[in-house]
Amino acid sequence: MTVFQFSSPAWMVCPVILPLIAGLLCFLFSHRTFAIALAAALTNLLVVCLLTGQLLVFGPMRCHMGGWQPPLGITLRTDGPALLMLLMTAVTGLAITLYARGYFSYRISDPRRAGRHQRQQRYFWPLWMLLLAGLNGLFLSNDVFNVYVTLELIGISAASLAALSGKPASLLASFRYLLVSLLGSLTYLFGIVFLYRSNGVLDLGLLQNLAANGLGIRTALVLMSVGLLLKTALFPLHFWLPPAHANALAPVSAILSALVVKGSFYMLFRFWFEIFPSTITQPTLNFMGTLGAVAVLWGAVQAIRQHRLKLMVAYSTVSQLGYLFIAFPLARVDGGIPVWSIVIFIALAHACAKSAMFMAAGTVFLHLGHDRIKDLSGVRASLPITVFAYGIAGVSLMGLPPSGGFVGKWLLLTASLGSSQWWWALVVITGSLLASIYVFRVMSRLFVIPEGFSLKKSEPHFRLLEWPALALALISLFLGLAASWPLHILVHGTTTLAQVFVGGLP
Amino acid sequence: MITTLIYSLTGLILFGMGFFTLIIHSHPLRKILAVNVMSTGVFLILVATAYIPLGEGEIDPVPHAMVLTGIVVSVSVTALALILACRIQETSNSSLPGRKQQGEVPEESIG
Repeated sequence: MTVFQFSSPAWMVCPVILPLIAGLLCFLFSHRTFAIALAAALTNLLVVCLLTGQLLVFGPMRCHMGGWQPPLGITLRTDGPALLMLLMTAVTGLAITLYARGYFSYRISDPRRAGRHQRQQRYFWPLWMLLLAGLNGLFLSNDVFNVYVTLELIGISAASLAALSGKPASLLASFRYLLVSLLGSLTYLFGIVFLYRSNGVLDLGLLQNLAANGLGIRTALVLMSVGLLLKTALFPLHFWLPPAHANALAPVSAILSALVVKGSFYMLFRFWFEIFPSTITQPTLNFMGTLGAVAVLWGAVQAIRQHRLKLMVAYSTVSQLGYLFIAFPLARVDGGIPVWSIVIFIALAHACAKSAMFMAAGTVFLHLGHDRIKDLSGVRASLPITVFAYGIAGVSLMGLPPSGGFVGKWLLLTASLGSSQWWWALVVITGSLLASIYVFRVMSRLFVIPEGFSLKKSEPHFRLLEWPALALALISLFLGLAASWPLHILVHGTTTLAQVFVGGLP
Repeated sequence: MITTLIYSLTGLILFGMGFFTLIIHSHPLRKILAVNVMSTGVFLILVATAYIPLGEGEIDPVPHAMVLTGIVVSVSVTALALILACRIQETSNSSLPGRKQQGEVPEESIG
C-alpha cells in the first residue's frame, strides 16, 4: 500500500475529493449535514497539515492524475504559496463551519420562520462543501483549463450561496454576481484560446519553461488578467462586491469576503510573477499599483460613509484588496523582500480578520434585528465576546502591531521606502488611518451603554456564534508574532522564488 | 487557413455582440442570452483552433474536449441564472403593496 505512505504525492487529491464527497453526502443525509461537514472540514485541515509536513521534508511535489503525464494529463502540485493558501482556507473554513452551525441553530430556535431557516440550512451545507472543493482545487491545480473549471465551480456555488437568504436585494445582488463571475470566466477562457493557439500546451509548468514573448501570449495574458480582476473586484471592477457580500447570510459573507476573492487573486499573481514574468513590464505593474492605491482610498472612504455595519465591512474588503495590488510595483526591487511573502501575509491576515468581523457583524445583527451603525449602543453588555472579536479584527485591519496586518503593511512600507517609491508608503499609511476611522466609528457605538439600558436575560445563548469569531481574530492578531513560520514554509517550498524575486534568494 | 479565419472572426463578432448587449440592456433575460451568445463565440473560436492539420486528416482533439466542458458549464450556469431571474420576478411581484399577505413581518432580517 504505497498510496498511504507519508511520501506519497497522492495525498494532495484529498483536499479536493473529501469536500466533494461530503457535499454529495449532505444532499443524501439531510439530517446529519453538520456532522458530515464538520468531519470534512477537520479531515481537510489534517490533510493540509500533512501536506505541509511533506513540503518541509521533500520540497514541492507533483501528482499526475491517473498516471497521465503532461501535456495530456492534468497535474496537481504543492508549493509554498499554494500550501499557505490551503492552510488559510482550511483554518478559516473550519471556523466558518462551526459558526454556521451556531448561526442556523439560533435562527431555527425562532419558531416564526423555522421552516424557512431549516431550508436555508439544508442548502447551505452542500453548497459550502462544493465551494471548499473548488477553492482547494484552484490552489492545487497546475493546469490552465483546470483552473477555469474550478473558477466556474467557485462562481456557481458562491452565487447560489449569496442568494440563500431569499430577499429581493440579495437575489438581485447574487444575479449580478453570477453574471459578473460568468463574464470573468468567459474572458479567462478567451485568454486560454490564445494561449493554446500560440503554445499548444495548458500545463503551467510547461508554459513557464516556454517563456515566449509573442503577441499571442500578451493578448492571452491581458484577457486572462481582466477576467481574474473582475472576479477579484479590483477598484473599477468592484461594483458588484458590496451588495453581494453585505446582503448574504453572515457565514456566507464571511466565506465570500475571506476566501473567494483570494482564489482569483492567487491565480492572477501566479500568472504575473511565476508563469510569465518576462512578459510583464514595469509600467503595467505601476498601473496595477495605482489601481490598488485608488481602491485602498476609495474603499475606505466609502466604508466610512456607510450607515449599515455589513455594508461597511464589505467596503472595507474593497479597500483591503487594494493593498494586495500595491505589492505589484514593488516586486522587482533588488535586494528587497520577496513579493510573495508580502502578498501572502496580507492575504492571510485579511482572511482571518475579515471573516471574524463578518461573523461578529452577523451575531450583532441576529441579536438586534438590524445593523444600523447609529443604533448599535449597548451591544457590549449582551455580547462581550463578539465585541471583543470585532475589536481585535479591527486592530488587524488597521495594521497595529503585533497583528498579521501590521507585518503585511510593514513589509509593504519597507519595500516601497527601500526602492525609493515613497508614494506607495503614503497610500499605505493613509489607508490605515482611514481604516482606523471606520473601525473606531463602530467601536465607539458598541462600547456606549445608554442610560436606562437593561440586559435582556431571555435571549438564548449560542457559544458557537461567539467563539469561532474570537478564535479567528486572535489568530490574525498573533500571526504577526509567528511571522517567521509562514515565511519558512514559503522559502522552503518555492523553487521559483528566485524568478519572482529578481535579486536572488536572501 | 481561410476557413479558420472566417470561424475565428465570426466568433469574435459574436463575443463582441454579446458583450455589447450585456452592458447595454438591463432586462435579466436579455443579459442571460447575451452571455450565452458570448460563450458561443468563444466556443466557435476554440473549435476553429482545432482545425490545424497535424498530419493526414488529423485534427487536434484537445480544444474539442475543452469546448465540451465549456458547454456543460454554460448550460448549468444558464439554468442557475434563469432560476435566479424567475425568483427576482416572483419576489418583486409579491412585494407589491396590494398583494402583501397579512401578518407578514414587514422588515425581514437579512442576517
